[in-house]
Amino acid sequence: MSDPVILLDQVNKWFGAFHVLKDVSMTVGKGEKVVVCGPSGSGKSTVIRCINRLEEHQKGRILVGGVELTSDIKMIERIRKDVGMVFQSFNLFPHLTVLENLTLAPNWVKGTPVKEATETAMAYLERVRIPEQANKYPGQLSGGQQQRVAIARALCMKPKVMLFDEPTSALDPEMIKEVLDVMITLAEEGMTMVCVTHEMGFARTVADKMVFMAEGRIVESSPPVEFFSNPKTERAQQFLGQILGH
Amino acid sequence: MTSNTNLDPKTASEIASHVEEPSQTELRAPRRSALNVLGWARENLFSSAPNTLLTVLAVSLLVWAVPPLLGWVLLKATFLGADPQACREAGGACWSFIEVKHRFILFGLYPHDEHWRPLLAMGLFLSAIAASCDPRFWNLRILAVWGAALPFCGLLMWGGLLGLTFVGNDKWGGLPLTLILATLGIVLAFPLSVLLALGRRSDMPAIRAICVGYIETVRGVPLVSVLFMASIMFPLFLPEGMTIDKLLRAQLGIMLFTAAYLAEAVRGGLQALPKGQYEAADALGLSYWQKMGLIILPQALRLVIPPIVNQFISCFKDTSLVIIIGLYDLLTTAKTALSDPLWRPFYIESYVFAAFIYFLFCFFMSRYSQYLEKRLNAGLKR
Ligand SMILES: Nc1ncnc2c1ncn2[C@@H]1O[C@H](COP(=O)(O)OP(=O)(O)O)[C@@H](O)[C@H]1O
Ligand SMILES: [Mg+2]
Repeated sequence: MSDPVILLDQVNKWFGAFHVLKDVSMTVGKGEKVVVCGPSGSGKSTVIRCINRLEEHQKGRILVGGVELTSDIKMIERIRKDVGMVFQSFNLFPHLTVLENLTLAPNWVKGTPVKEATETAMAYLERVRIPEQANKYPGQLSGGQQQRVAIARALCMKPKVMLFDEPTSALDPEMIKEVLDVMITLAEEGMTMVCVTHEMGFARTVADKMVFMAEGRIVESSPPVEFFSNPKTERAQQFLGQILGH
Repeated sequence: MTSNTNLDPKTASEIASHVEEPSQTELRAPRRSALNVLGWARENLFSSAPNTLLTVLAVSLLVWAVPPLLGWVLLKATFLGADPQACREAGGACWSFIEVKHRFILFGLYPHDEHWRPLLAMGLFLSAIAASCDPRFWNLRILAVWGAALPFCGLLMWGGLLGLTFVGNDKWGGLPLTLILATLGIVLAFPLSVLLALGRRSDMPAIRAICVGYIETVRGVPLVSVLFMASIMFPLFLPEGMTIDKLLRAQLGIMLFTAAYLAEAVRGGLQALPKGQYEAADALGLSYWQKMGLIILPQALRLVIPPIVNQFISCFKDTSLVIIIGLYDLLTTAKTALSDPLWRPFYIESYVFAAFIYFLFCFFMSRYSQYLEKRLNAGLKR
């Protein structure tokens, strides 16, 4: 097996005195799709935010593409180029048009000429099915459209791995599907993905591995078939019971 | 809709039908018949007892103040050519004082025959300011504009080259001096204030401490004492034999003072932005300066245009404090013009003239900030 794209080794993190992550270890191989779930406050966001250093971990090792995350800012910026992130609240840049949102980072971070960056951006807007919105401002789009733009923005950097932090939780029900469809297409094309989500239908369809967290620990990590039909721990059984409405 | 004007039913129903997508231009202006005016007055001026009381008070204040003012400014005033004696007899404003003294008030001690030079320099300076106000110039072109304008202004003001006689800057005064002090003060203070605001929010404790220390210290003292220190203390710290020009010292003092206040306004904008904007920029791999320059500052500064312009206006007027270190700014020349024993009684005219010039500039800044806010927010619906 080739090197994992992401490797977390005994990662610990504290917010002040509060121990958020406790010995979290996990690997994500190339092309692998990992879905992270667990009750609110269990540290799911914190884990994936550590992967691109939006949060700093205090103990253990995190390697992305074989490079270890330290406080070296050059390394951090290098890793961030390869790691795309999609937020719950979209976080598009409201003062820039959709197209500018997409071309800004390729242009400034990777030095891609504007013309080429624009072509790439338009191609990704086609892929997320909103090329006609290219010259609008984010505030003029619906939530579902904004989240698809946010996905396209991350993809424009040609990342090796995509992180999703509850990408559909801020959306109205009728818009969830359009975003999940884009994510499913992305998965089918072989993108490496780590998704925090409560969309269990999506998880069943795309996940290679389910990771269940509770109170800052990874409690279960197993293939979806196993996880859904036969959860090993009581916590996971309880959680699934609640979320699937049994 | 901003006004609660008494609209006729048709217009009102038109509005109702437009509630979905209110478009100001599509609304027909309400028809105003005599009846409508009465109705409007009843609704807006006499709708309640306190409202009626306020209306009566306001009207009596106008009746009390306007006629005498009008009499002084226009009816009983003397205009061109009147001598002090004629002025005193007329009893109104003596505008011939301005006629006689305007060149001194505008240009101070600058040699009389060379007044065209500061005039031209001011024209250039104001053109450069006008260009800076146009968003189409908000790129490297603006540097070219100032790069060309400033040396030219300097040449005109100082001279000493190309057959222009040399005029030392101890002779500069009046409006050009005020404009130079205010504009350069603002233009130089602005970038400094952005750096101070960023520094105050920096992760690096040393930088943060320096910025906080600077801002709090400067904000804790009045400008008068900053100028005093600039003129008296600065030289004490300089090596023997080295001097800094008095004008330059005042300029530095004003700039350093304004920067501290501006920094707090800018910081307000930085804090108002959602954390997600910082995180999105980080996640894309933008460097600190790219993040700030491309994502954060363009949004943050837009949010704080009103307090920033407020500070600009305040800086413009505060330049008048340079009187305490003996510079002849506009207000000082207005005052000095009165030392002529012949014209001494007409101090009101002198100050009104200076105030009018201050007002023109400050009013322009205020209107410009409104224009800017509208323009920058067009298309940016949050
Ligand atoms: N910046 C922070 N400072 C202090 N505590 C935090 C911070 N961010 C998150 N937490 C706490 O850490 C825990 C885990 O948060 P998070 O990773 O967001 O959980 P999840 O995404 O699983 O809901 C929560 O209890 C939360 O209150
Ligand atoms: Mg979360």
